[in-house]
Amino acid sequence: MRDDAVVLGVGMTAWGKWGRPFVDYGVAAAREALDDAGIEWAEVDLIVGGQTVRNGYAGYVAGSTVAGALGFTGAQVATVYGACASGAMAIDHGRAYILAGLADVVLVVGADTTPKGFLAPNAGERPDDPDWLRFRLLGATNPAYFGLYARRRMHLYGATESDFAKVKVKNSRHGVDNSRARYRNEVAEEEVLASAVVASPLHLLDICATSDGAAAVVLCSAGYAARRAVTERSAGRPKVRIAAVSTVTPAFPDTGLGLPDIATDSTAVLPPPPRSFRDSIAHAAYEQAGIGPEDVDVAEVYDLSTALELDWYENLGLCPAGEAEQLIGRGATALGGDAATVNPSGGLACFGEAVPAQAIAQVCELVWQLRGDALGRQHDGARVGISANQGLFGHGSSVIVVR
Amino acid sequence: MSVTKPAVPAVAGWFTTDDRPVLLGSRCEACGVVAFPPRSHGCPKPHCRRTEQSSYPLARTGRVWSFTDARYQPPPPYLSPSDPYEPFVLAAVELDADGLVVLGQMVEGCAAADVHVGLPVELVVESLFETDDAVQLVWKWRPQADA
Repeated sequence: MRDDAVVLGVGMTAWGKWGRPFVDYGVAAAREALDDAGIEWAEVDLIVGGQTVRNGYAGYVAGSTVAGALGFTGAQVATVYGACASGAMAIDHGRAYILAGLADVVLVVGADTTPKGFLAPNAGERPDDPDWLRFRLLGATNPAYFGLYARRRMHLYGATESDFAKVKVKNSRHGVDNSRARYRNEVAEEEVLASAVVASPLHLLDICATSDGAAAVVLCSAGYAARRAVTERSAGRPKVRIAAVSTVTPAFPDTGLGLPDIATDSTAVLPPPPRSFRDSIAHAAYEQAGIGPEDVDVAEVYDLSTALELDWYENLGLCPAGEAEQLIGRGATALGGDAATVNPSGGLACFGEAVPAQAIAQVCELVWQLRGDALGRQHDGARVGISANQGLFGHGSSVIVVR
Repeated sequence: MSVTKPAVPAVAGWFTTDDRPVLLGSRCEACGVVAFPPRSHGCPKPHCRRTEQSSYPLARTGRVWSFTDARYQPPPPYLSPSDPYEPFVLAAVELDADGLVVLGQMVEGCAAADVHVGLPVELVVESLFETDDAVQLVWKWRPQADA
């Protein structure tokens, strides 16, 4: 493996719905990550922010907004956006700086303040914007797409609403002891099935909320980590390295009907590629890290819906297509189960979604797991962690961390 | 009265409004790849550099690939045609030709219980919503009469 970027520090606010300025959350997470790394803000060579599109101009330039809030130091800055994949894209950018020798220390931060209810396009008439058009012409909300994927799973593999509910039950148990989680109550299968149907076959408790929150990581070069290790706080704790960041796009023809698509690509002239888009996201990460699904101890995946978490089991190669229901049914992906633990943090089921922070939050959890610091939700002896998510408009996101 | 209002497509150039309406995709003049919505910026096939795309009528029948319903009113820019809001069914339909899946609402009055994966459907045009001066039209899927 290459001498890859080291995750020197992680920080994360609690997730909730407070309506404070997003920058407040971002600064809190950034300060915690800097403290955790044992370094001063002034030592940071580059700050990378994940953009938020719902918080005005300050959100479009989130990197410099947080830098200014911490106090401008002359550090280099970038702000990136890849919808739900923004956090991985931000980590990717910071890691590339380190691998290129352009920076020793990078701060990556994502923060969001979200509105109530469905995520929707910003106001205005934009008939050339596919995201605007899917709402105007079809009323196709995000949960509608989750419902379509879930029903497809039922058709292909005989999945049931009960199988989906079991994912919520598992994740709710994982989140009970996670002090940063927004929802920390255990949920029973019957409660999921008794909650209102939002987009059949999915119930309210199958679908993740939207939340306020922020997450940050401090990355550094291997050389910098070695120089500091003797004296700093990080001494004595396992060194966690980035082993892969996958931010792949789909390959034509993409048959996945991703958000906000109104139609898939046509396969009439060219057959689909050997891997679906979601399969290719993890595959690229595994290839980069030189490992495979059998090596994974913990996975943080984007459970926008319970059914989607089952899709991810297969996309990550934790089981063959059509067998995810067996995994959740026998508790294989729960803490103490016989497969990789999936969403030990409690996942989006317990956090809700804070778009530009979420992919960074996934990495924070993996780092805590690899350090053995995940109190009350620890996968014992975890050495390899993978995250996976997908952003609107063809954004793959998967990060592998190892110790 | 709404009958006096002109009926116009809610989006220009994506579908016809005759008795047997069709979705209008684009077709690459070089390699024949079809796309919907119609593309103005060239062929979606990565190694095809042709920008010339002609209008192409897609198959107007297909089978339901998956479906769901919208039990709660979607936020703007969706405009509900009824007050109070009435849930509708969304279907992703695999066309009988052309090799793609196209999303659309099922016709008014169709409930999720009326739909199953594999159901044969055909394309129709219905009112999406009305403004003060026009009826906005959109494509929808209707179960085939003999299905």
